[in-house]
Amino acid sequence: MNPGVLETIRTLSTDDAWVMVVGSLVNVSCGLLGCYLVLRRQSLLGDAISHAILPGLAVAFMLTHSRAVLPMFLGAMAVGVLTAFLSQTIHRVANVPEDASMGVVFTTFFAVGVILITMVARHIDLDPGCVLYGAIEFVGLDMQSRFGLTAPRAFWSLAVVIAVVVGFIVLFYKELKIVSFDAHLATTMGINATLMHYLLMSLVAGTTVAAFESVGSILVVAMLIVPGATAHLLTDRLDRMLMIAAAVGIVSAIMGNILAVHWNTSVAGMMSVVAGLQFATAVVAAPRYGLISRWLHHTSLASRVVREDILAMIYRWHESTRDRSLSAAQVVRALGGGLLPHLAMLHLRVAGLVGPDQTALRLTRAGRDRARGLVRSHRLWESYLAKHFDLPIDHLHEPAERVEHFVSPTLRDRLAEEVIDAKTDPHGRRIPP
Amino acid sequence: MIPFNTMVVLCGTGLLGVVSGIIGSFAVLRRRALMGDALAHAALPGICLAFLILGERHLPALLLGALITGTVGVLVVTTLRHATRIKEDAAIGIVLSVFFGAGVVLLRVIQNMPSGNRAGLDHYIYGKAAGMVVQDVQWIGGVCLVVILAAVLLYKEFTLLSFDTAFAATLGWPTLRLDIVMMGLLVIVTVVGLPAVGVVMMAAMLIIPGASARFWTERLHVMLILAAVFGGLTGIVGTWLSATFSRLPAGPVIVLVAAAIFVVSMTFAPRRGILARTLSHVNLRRRTARQNLLRTMYELVERDLDARPAVTPAALTRLRAWTEPHARRLLAAGARVGLIERTSDGHFRLTDRGLLEAVGVVRTHRLWEMFLIEQAHIATDHVDRDADSIEHVLGADIIRDLEDRLVQLGRWPHGTARPPRSPHEIAVDGGVTP
Repeated sequence: MNPGVLETIRTLSTDDAWVMVVGSLVNVSCGLLGCYLVLRRQSLLGDAISHAILPGLAVAFMLTHSRAVLPMFLGAMAVGVLTAFLSQTIHRVANVPEDASMGVVFTTFFAVGVILITMVARHIDLDPGCVLYGAIEFVGLDMQSRFGLTAPRAFWSLAVVIAVVVGFIVLFYKELKIVSFDAHLATTMGINATLMHYLLMSLVAGTTVAAFESVGSILVVAMLIVPGATAHLLTDRLDRMLMIAAAVGIVSAIMGNILAVHWNTSVAGMMSVVAGLQFATAVVAAPRYGLISRWLHHTSLASRVVREDILAMIYRWHESTRDRSLSAAQVVRALGGGLLPHLAMLHLRVAGLVGPDQTALRLTRAGRDRARGLVRSHRLWESYLAKHFDLPIDHLHEPAERVEHFVSPTLRDRLAEEVIDAKTDPHGRRIPP
Repeated sequence: MIPFNTMVVLCGTGLLGVVSGIIGSFAVLRRRALMGDALAHAALPGICLAFLILGERHLPALLLGALITGTVGVLVVTTLRHATRIKEDAAIGIVLSVFFGAGVVLLRVIQNMPSGNRAGLDHYIYGKAAGMVVQDVQWIGGVCLVVILAAVLLYKEFTLLSFDTAFAATLGWPTLRLDIVMMGLLVIVTVVGLPAVGVVMMAAMLIIPGASARFWTERLHVMLILAAVFGGLTGIVGTWLSATFSRLPAGPVIVLVAAAIFVVSMTFAPRRGILARTLSHVNLRRRTARQNLLRTMYELVERDLDARPAVTPAALTRLRAWTEPHARRLLAAGARVGLIERTSDGHFRLTDRGLLEAVGVVRTHRLWEMFLIEQAHIATDHVDRDADSIEHVLGADIIRDLEDRLVQLGRWPHGTARPPRSPHEIAVDGGVTP
């Protein structure tokens, strides 16, 4: 790590610590709920809700003339659930595509919200900028003592939120899981999928509101989607996915704050960027679903096929002619050239399957056994195809060439039983034992 | 007389509405409505980077920056969708929030700079239509021309791409390149519109006119023209309203005007609108109820058709799961249209016209029953069709065959003094009443 950043870490204050704590609370709550949104392919509903709750906040403010938590909370919850409901209703009743109906609803609500806020802007410290970026930098300025602990006001409301979110997930873990993966199955099992949907949406709305004043809507959207998606790349198990998402959220909160202090910039923005970097890392390097591992998997398969093709080629050459001078260069050219055949050739020599002489290639005993197995699979498959399918003889080689790499010894034995009387393949070549 | 500045802004937002209506229609049809939203967010870091590099607010450079990061955003969404297990919605959400987060980080850096010529950049978030100058309008006008030209020249290609991409690919069309052209146009429109209406409102401008136009028509070219008109109207009326009531910001007002058009379209559009659909639903229910009544009346008097005795509502309730008040209501409705008459002792009977229509209904019903029982395997596609005229659904010889069987079973409805002799004649006639 850059020494400047280390220096920044050394100078962090208690306020910064509170920022990290509050940020972690927001990120973990959002990240946990976000897992379900990502799995249910409703990530954008989180985005829509977090934009749409603006008029709810504004109306609650206009009615009560204060920034009291409860009315704002209720107002935003109502609008949040209404957004989910209206998107769904316009989609179903008026036959509008789901994404378009969502887009119409949330942009309209957002517009209403901005207008309401500008209309009352004289008496309000809820300015449109704050809606987007929040003011997490300043949570330390508004402290409140409860149960003998002095903590930021946002800490207390977010502590309640995270308790509710965790409680909800623990209580309805099984139901949520079934609803997320197979809503129809859930319905047949007597779980009310619609009810679960709206419970989840109201929790998303509630979390959004609570997170809203401290961190603003960008961070909420980022945290609803990015940790869940990151975790989805890293695991196939829901319980681990939830834990990974929470961890991503905490790392984003801590690193985001440190970097933001270091470069003196927006904390909420930096937290989303850190989350994005973690996601990018997962996309590239995730053990099973990452680009690298998929590429490796693909390449190792491709190079195994090339190696086996080389073995079979040398075997056939020696089988058909007395000429012993098949060279490595000839083989590589026959396979289309390029890096892969060269590497495969090298690999075979190092593994001791092909002899060291490059001008007259020779299979070792082990190489001969492997090659014989491959050629046997190939010719058995051709015989099998010829026996059971009405294919012209020149159409047999192509499928067998592909299948030979994937025939296990068991399958080979069963094929041999199927074509028990065949001593040669349909082309008249001997099937090796 | 409208002041020159207002005129400029009106032109700008009007043109912007037209162009985003057109390109947005394609996005809505391709289920890419929220791509515009992601794009608009992804443009912010580009704008900030361009500013950081140049150190001043130079419009074309800012637009270029926005164009670059917007395009990168689209590419990231596409890559994530194709190369990983991340679904499109999550991909859009990730690009939207992370790019925007990066934009906010850069924006704050710019605002902290001593030379912080901050004027302007945050307008890209909420938009500032009033700040439009002639140069902006020229840009929008140019983009407008390009988009309309592309929509006209590539009309056939875009149409197929919007409705059936897979089919376009099997025809050998370069769907990927066409897709890139379409997304590129979307990026350009978004970027040009950002300074005027802001990030969220730009998404609305792209989605709402197209979604509104879709209600009115099933034809793409009509939809595009309508969306352009709606978009233009939205821009002009919204700007005019916000200029008249000076405390209202233009972007949100424009969105609200668009939303109003959407609600009107959704409610009142013929055929696809909610009212029209509800109306046709009500009509269908009414007709079904009437036909059920006629059939029940017919079945009650079928044994004694010549005398056609009057029946009581109570008799109807014995054959149907109707309450007596409901039966009375149905009878009264039938009497209003002259299918049923009330006798002097307070009972009801079919009029001549009512009998004729009842015969048609009964015939269809029994043919259909017969068909479902004997040849249902053909019918799976058609069972839920409103088959009040069975000839439209089934072939002539099937109907003839079914009719013969009904006659053999003694279930052929007789309505007039002379029952129809030739089923063939009926099939040729093709009408509902024999």
